[in-house]
Amino acid sequence: MSDIKILGIESSCDETAAAVVVNGREVLSNEISTQIPIHTLYGGVVPEIASRKHVERITQVVDLALKQAGTTADELDAVAVTYGPGLVGPLLVGVSFAKAFAYANDLPFIGINHISGHISANYIEDKDLKPPFLCLVVSGGHTHLVRVIDYGRYEVLGRTVDDAAGEAFDKVARAIGLGYPGGPKIEKAAKDGDPDSIEFPRAKVADHPYDFSFSGLKSAVLNYLNHQRMAGVTVNTNNVAASFQKAVVGALTDHAEMAIDQFGMDKFAIAGGVASNGALRASIEALCQRKGVKFYRPAPILCTDNGAMIAAAGYFEFENGVRSGLNLNAEPSLAL
Amino acid sequence: MRILGIDSSGLVASAAVVDDDTLLGEFTTDYKKTHSTTLMPMLDQLIKMLGIDIRTIDAVATAAGPGSFTGLRIGAATVKGLAYALGIPVIAVPTVDAIAYNLYGSKRLICPLMDARRKQAYSGLYKFNETNEFIVKKEQEPEAIEDIVKRINLSDEPVTFLGDGVPVFADYIKQNVTVDYDFAPAFCNRQRASTVACLGRKYFDREFYTSAEEFRPIYLRQSQAEREREEKLKKAGNNA
Repeated sequence: MSDIKILGIESSCDETAAAVVVNGREVLSNEISTQIPIHTLYGGVVPEIASRKHVERITQVVDLALKQAGTTADELDAVAVTYGPGLVGPLLVGVSFAKAFAYANDLPFIGINHISGHISANYIEDKDLKPPFLCLVVSGGHTHLVRVIDYGRYEVLGRTVDDAAGEAFDKVARAIGLGYPGGPKIEKAAKDGDPDSIEFPRAKVADHPYDFSFSGLKSAVLNYLNHQRMAGVTVNTNNVAASFQKAVVGALTDHAEMAIDQFGMDKFAIAGGVASNGALRASIEALCQRKGVKFYRPAPILCTDNGAMIAAAGYFEFENGVRSGLNLNAEPSLAL
Repeated sequence: MRILGIDSSGLVASAAVVDDDTLLGEFTTDYKKTHSTTLMPMLDQLIKMLGIDIRTIDAVATAAGPGSFTGLRIGAATVKGLAYALGIPVIAVPTVDAIAYNLYGSKRLICPLMDARRKQAYSGLYKFNETNEFIVKKEQEPEAIEDIVKRINLSDEPVTFLGDGVPVFADYIKQNVTVDYDFAPAFCNRQRASTVACLGRKYFDREFYTSAEEFRPIYLRQSQAEREREEKLKKAGNNA
């Protein structure tokens, strides 16, 4: 069987990314151009600015990915691109570029679900990982607990009914003055705090045990901060960060445990930007050890939004015979 | 020289292939459908109908802006993908200039109006002189319709309005324009990719073109967040 080489393009939020991956597992290049510095000025991602930055960077990023991979367009087998979920303006840039690039090179073109991309990062990290397995996808925009039935085939067990876990990190970080992006800043502050100093609630969603809710937790943190301020007490932001992080990690771990118990699978993976959070990795790893389940997690560079995960997902869709039409549109609320 | 023209700056989506003095084919629609679902299929059908190889295209001319932010970035990303893959230059044509160029040879003032929301139009003022040279009397920019009409009345010259801003501002024009005016007919009153390609060819001959990497849409307006941030900083500066 000859090798299948796929160019993956990702632009659903604030990273312009492109990568070349062979057979869904071997990364030849993985270029990421982040916009974090500019969005930091605004305390979060501004969709119009993000869209414009993607337009400015996309050609260079794709060019770098091809050069780094030491390959040319005529050696590619297909182009894969994220078409949702995400911010519509940013998505449209990647989708429009990928379509035109594939068309002019007479290559097949495949639209990829961003969440499927995150999950597929695990195929890159662990060359032997095969479905079925359970996967917890946690990022700035998504919180999903998924049963991976086969390559590219998923059953969503639960999702957030309000804020994504990463979104809660961003909002709490802003509230305690740590700024954007919240995930890494909270994690850092939490290292110097006491996670048991403040008791924040772990929300459960009635009738949907696998669904998540983080807006209640976020409100509890904001209420706590208000109370302390009104009482004239100086807030220990490290303790708030540590206690908040513990509550999020606790909720995610509880759900993971429930799924492992119910479905009796022997493999559990995490994915998405928040999957590079050390506390979450440690907690899920400990859970897996306790349950005798093998634990999988991508390297941090594959957890953040990147093109390699899209190319990996693209490979399995390519093998499944999936092809997208030139009329493919961006779908900001695309379901997995 | 074979130029591919693209315009997705407004409600119109348009693609055309122009060989020197021959328009080989053009596909133009003005129908409420997202350009991301129409532009590439239109281009594909056009290329297939003409039976040409896309690799014979020498340059892409595109309506670079102003226009709908979404339309501009769909067009820009498409043009970049094509030009990068084909290794050909991008010719950035100002949208309003291209709309005016539809009226080649007219002896009247030409005033395109693109609806820019907030009671403004992206507009400019153009004329063809005695030798049919295209004169930009006023460069494209977003402007209040009152100011556009005031300038036209002062010019005391007959004028033709065109563009998707005409239906939006027709009543205001009828009530306030004091010079002889008319509205251009349907075949030439909106964006057309063949016009973009023809005007683009003139730019190309003057070596006014760029690369897929360097090409940027001409938004003419900042994002709301940038505007608000600058106002805030300015206020803070004044109070300091």
